[in-house]
Amino acid sequence: MDNTLNISASPHLHARESTGRTMWLVTAALLPAGIAGVCIFGPAALKTILIAVLSAVAAEWAIQAAMKKKVTICDGSAALTGLLLAYNLPAHCPFWIPVTGSFIAIAIGKQIFGGLGQNIFNPALVGRVFLMASWPQYMTTFSRALSYDAVTQATPLALLKENKLFDHISYLGLFMGNRGGCIGEVCVAALVIGGIFLLLRKIITWHIPVSYIVTTGLFCWAFGANTPFAGDWMFHLLSGGLFLGAIFMATDYVSSPLTGRGQLIFGAGCGLLTAIIRIWGGYPEGVSYAILIMNAAAPLIDRYTKNRIYGTK
Amino acid sequence: MKNLIQEFFKGIVKENPTFVLALGLCPTLAVSISISNAIGMGCAATFVILFSNIIIASIKDFIPDKIRIPCYIVVIATFVTITELVMKAYFPPLNRALGIYVPLIVVNCIVLGRAEAFASKNSVMASLFDGVGMGAGFTLALTLISAIREFLGAGKLCGLTVIPGFEPALIIGMPSGALLVIGLLLGFFNLLKEKAK
Repeated sequence: MDNTLNISASPHLHARESTGRTMWLVTAALLPAGIAGVCIFGPAALKTILIAVLSAVAAEWAIQAAMKKKVTICDGSAALTGLLLAYNLPAHCPFWIPVTGSFIAIAIGKQIFGGLGQNIFNPALVGRVFLMASWPQYMTTFSRALSYDAVTQATPLALLKENKLFDHISYLGLFMGNRGGCIGEVCVAALVIGGIFLLLRKIITWHIPVSYIVTTGLFCWAFGANTPFAGDWMFHLLSGGLFLGAIFMATDYVSSPLTGRGQLIFGAGCGLLTAIIRIWGGYPEGVSYAILIMNAAAPLIDRYTKNRIYGTK
Repeated sequence: MKNLIQEFFKGIVKENPTFVLALGLCPTLAVSISISNAIGMGCAATFVILFSNIIIASIKDFIPDKIRIPCYIVVIATFVTITELVMKAYFPPLNRALGIYVPLIVVNCIVLGRAEAFASKNSVMASLFDGVGMGAGFTLALTLISAIREFLGAGKLCGLTVIPGFEPALIIGMPSGALLVIGLLLGFFNLLKEKAK
């Protein structure tokens, strides 16, 4: 019999939350966007998602086994990293793109820092940025929506960057995901459903997504066109990976600030950087870079937004 | 003699300038793109370390303490100029590939570090072996990093394609890739050191 008497400070509350439960809930919240992505881009998208998830889990298992650590593939964090990475990939890419990306995400993004909870940067984004810098030709070739074939189509933001956006794309079409882009980012409607689910289950708070999206919208409205305060902010919100980034990537527990105030600053910083990269930067889209840069700033934000301890000045 | 051999080998393993002392990382980041660049840079740096060590060790008693750093720089700059002129005359392609990083050997922290930390306190003979050892350690480290980077970043080794159809990761050929490779190697060698304890 276990005779250990556990003594701990009050309050003695018990919650059913655990790492595994949270991770699987986030995975569930991502499902609508994945289903939408597979509907829009066809079986190739499903193949990319499966390869990414499986290779992320395999990489986690291999590294933890090799380092003789406890294997924690059942808590779902590796699967979630693989899933998020796949959502950031084009549907038609060679199979080794998700495999390499998942391995880099798990090995360099996470395990090298000491595993889950120790990583400075969002692992899935580390994987994506590595792929983006290494094989840009595969990472920026997007298949046409609803054609289920290898016909390519540039993303709306890429067209905007090259001044080739002649015909107006309807906001409803963008909202439902009828455009070229990464698997998980195109269907904003499905991402919003997932986000509301996470908010209701109290997995995330409103601070980061709202401050992120509002800042990007405001900045693009103010500086997105040749005349000030005439930018097409709605277009900027609905295209690119803004909603995927704001709801699922920037809110990662490990690499974002802890307090509400800190999260507002974090979200606003992400929004500002995203808009700056989109309007003046070299890349058409800046969500992943913005979040990674703010990840690096998160410890500093935490330091200056510490909650006052009750009874002290 | 045993001491001298020790001075030589400490530069390669125990006090490797790149992986243990973490000195001279700027040229390491810049030129470790291909093995030929690495060996060229390593030889040039070894020549400069060796001769500046010898000269500084032999004139150390005449240099006033307060102006020792300018004196070291004059000695080092002399040998760097010799290296640069020889390289320009006999190895123009290598000189073009290394570019500004040849004259920048003047401010390479390994050279100045050895002058300050070793040659100014030890005999000429010991400084000679220290210089060769440090140069060899730097060259080996540079060659290792550049072999990994040339293979992953360009799909080649010594300028020859190794695996046809292998699509290189461009990031490894960029400075960020150099930081990644150096960081991972440093971690790996630290792991080996801990294991050895």
